[in-house]
Amino acid sequence: MSAASVPLPRWVTFGLMPALNLAVAFLISGLVVAFIGESPLEAVEVLLTGALGSGEGIGYTLFYATNFIFTGLAVAVAFHCGLFNIGGEGQAYLGGLGAALVALSLGEVLPWYATMPVAVLAAALFGAAWALIPAWLQASRGSHIVITTIMFNFIGAALMVYLLVNILKVPGAMAPETRTFAEGGQLPKLAFPFELFGARLGAAPFNVSFVIALLMAVLVWLLIWRTRLGYEIRATGTNPTAAIYAGIPYRRTVIVTMLISGGLAGMMALNPVMGASARLQVEFVGGAGFVGIAVALMGRSHPLGIVFAAILFGVLYQGGAELSFWIPSITRDMIVVIQGLVILFAGALENMFRPALARLFWRVPTASSVKA
Amino acid sequence: MPECAEPVSRPVPPPVNATAPSSPTHPAGAAPLAIELVGIDKSFGQVHANKDIHLAVKRGTIHGIIGENGAGKSTLMSILYGFYQADRGEIRVGGVPTVIRDSQAAIAAGIGMVHQHFMLVENFTVLENVMLGAEGGAFLKPGISRARAELKRLETEYALDVDPDAVIESLPVGRQQRVEILKALYRGADILILDEPTGVLTPAEADHLFRILRVLRDQGKTVILITHKLREIMAITDAVSVMRRGEMVATRTTAETTVEELAELMVGRRVLLKVDKGPAHPGPVALQVKNLTVRDHRGVTMVDDVSFDVRAGEIVGIAGVAGNGQSELLEALAGIRRPSSGDILIDGASTLGADPAMLRRRGLAHVPEDRHHMGLVLKFEEYENSILGYQDDPRFLNGPFMDIDAIRADAREKIAKYDIRPPNCRLKTANFSGGNQQKIVLAREIERDPTVLIIGQPTRGVDIGAIEFIHKRIVEMRDAGKAILLVSVELDEIRALADRVVVMFAGRVVGEKTPDASEQALGLMMAGIAA
Repeated sequence: MSAASVPLPRWVTFGLMPALNLAVAFLISGLVVAFIGESPLEAVEVLLTGALGSGEGIGYTLFYATNFIFTGLAVAVAFHCGLFNIGGEGQAYLGGLGAALVALSLGEVLPWYATMPVAVLAAALFGAAWALIPAWLQASRGSHIVITTIMFNFIGAALMVYLLVNILKVPGAMAPETRTFAEGGQLPKLAFPFELFGARLGAAPFNVSFVIALLMAVLVWLLIWRTRLGYEIRATGTNPTAAIYAGIPYRRTVIVTMLISGGLAGMMALNPVMGASARLQVEFVGGAGFVGIAVALMGRSHPLGIVFAAILFGVLYQGGAELSFWIPSITRDMIVVIQGLVILFAGALENMFRPALARLFWRVPTASSVKA
Repeated sequence: MPECAEPVSRPVPPPVNATAPSSPTHPAGAAPLAIELVGIDKSFGQVHANKDIHLAVKRGTIHGIIGENGAGKSTLMSILYGFYQADRGEIRVGGVPTVIRDSQAAIAAGIGMVHQHFMLVENFTVLENVMLGAEGGAFLKPGISRARAELKRLETEYALDVDPDAVIESLPVGRQQRVEILKALYRGADILILDEPTGVLTPAEADHLFRILRVLRDQGKTVILITHKLREIMAITDAVSVMRRGEMVATRTTAETTVEELAELMVGRRVLLKVDKGPAHPGPVALQVKNLTVRDHRGVTMVDDVSFDVRAGEIVGIAGVAGNGQSELLEALAGIRRPSSGDILIDGASTLGADPAMLRRRGLAHVPEDRHHMGLVLKFEEYENSILGYQDDPRFLNGPFMDIDAIRADAREKIAKYDIRPPNCRLKTANFSGGNQQKIVLAREIERDPTVLIIGQPTRGVDIGAIEFIHKRIVEMRDAGKAILLVSVELDEIRALADRVVVMFAGRVVGEKTPDASEQALGLMMAGIAA
């Protein structure tokens, strides 16, 4: 109890502890792999070379990481206000609608760099709109945001299927998806940083939305730690009574925070919709909204931590896909188990080693310490 | 499933955890010692919290430990109760060197602790709380009957007067505290540590507690009482040890010492227990409360048709036993709670409908009663709390951004002026001692140069050195022409500071007196007996 509250050096909290947690997660994953009769070392090798061993692998890793940065930031902003936004999945889904509408219309006539800012705004607006009702319900009626955002994930999914099947689908086509965007509705790939090192991006859909993601990470940092709104968000999140005392309006703060959170989640759609498939498809979000929760937890709601955690999860996604391809006995489900272990140790049990480390750091192990 | 059957006919075994070491036969010592600390030393990083502490507590006595906030009392007791491990030194319980690694070990050694903030499950009954952690097996039923019998015995033996089936949240604070004491006794504690036990009690409840402690002592238990209230020490302890800045500076027999000597030992210099102030020069009415009625969330009337004025340049004290509507009055004045009728005027203009931010702009500053829950965000760094409530001040803003440099410079200035220690505006607020946290709030509210200052419990949990400073600052504010409303449950404080005393009882104003009215007269009014 007391050991958990003892302050530790920053490098221990932010460096050593996550590293330890990760190591334990991989160790147990290794045991699981060994249990089904495969070599853990070989599995690690396949996973790492698959994710980081080639230009294409890195491209895919960063492509996935882009999704997770957006959704991780979305969850983190809400966390700072004491809100648990589980609705990233639905908000991103609706964000895709916003991005697609812009890509389908403006993309016909404008070049990509002119379409993009409008698409970013539209995606954010649609995502934010999808967070508005849960936010309002929480702020005014006290309906728990966890419940309402989960509900809105389902409503969002149903709505999008309806729109894609009945309205946005190409007439005569079988697939529930829009037509392919024109050139101006597609985000260009980011190949040049790879070519700089003589590597090739290959088929990897790594694109400019990665830059937008990094920009958002910087903006979120500024928002939370450098603006008055961020101050008010943090005050409301850590001590709502003190926030009311300080004249910070609870309703406004909750609603604005959720709009920002939903907007960030919505922007995630840019990457898969305009950056990769160049059309709006069903279920393009693919769980990134939920992974964002793990990313935000692991990154301790700090943008820098979130970028690193997102890349780690990108490695697991891309490396995991390679792993199940090359070692068929390690199925997709096994990859999910490994990802689950990482979330368990790095997220849920993040403070597991804290008491032991605290003891290690504050104990002065001299001969004259308390005797039995 | 096998029935748990008739518990009545079975002999009642002692409670499970009460198998604590039956007091070891002490090897021919003159006065048997319950606890002996030998050379205890503890550091947290740079902070040397306990320096080579020696302490001997005799069996069957009430031993007071007194010292300012941050003197190291709580650290020392945490070591004794196993929350921390000492870096060096030895703990002897009943003469036997004992290693106390955690609270389980402390309980096994017969040491029980009553924390300042109770560790009770609010929606459990007294019985369930007492059993918690000592259920005695996977099935509850045999444990319950055993506990009930044991509880009955303890209750009558020590005159604790608590209904075992009452739900904790329905009990007044004083009774909840007795449940904590019961918990410790149930686990077989021979030595009871009480950490600032009267901080949350009304005077009557405190008196009852003292009676219980005396009974405990007379039955052979040892009581260690941590406090910073000299009056309690004088009233109840047999011996007293004084701590100052991590050191044990003296131990005295209570009967042979005086309040003045102890105060001097605590702060290391003579302190003024009287406030130095000249006569007030009241100006025009600055704060006017008219027929104010406030109801709480259950609809119960907490403030009932209250009217009074506060003039510029005077201090009006609201005296009353805690829970007679003062808290609700303060919150209504600060815009946190909406009054159901009546009006509040600042400089003659109504403030109805104004939120706390608007009131601040109109010159109201508010030092809340509860700094932990309301006055501070404990997880924030000090400088962030130094602008809480004033985050929209253009001095601290730079376009859409906060001007961090300006905020920190301002915080450092306040730290220097109010001698806030440690002088580090980047430290988390939770890591400051209670007195210094209070200074952070006071510095923030006073330095805004408000026209009306409302202060709740300015020195609750604050040490003597800081009290003196805070009182001086409040009087200075008065002399600078501010209208000050002071709410405190410490009658001494009200009498020392206020120019007029308004007494509240059951939500109503029962009368107004000058501060030189006798303590007895004020006491009768506070009890609702005289007007």
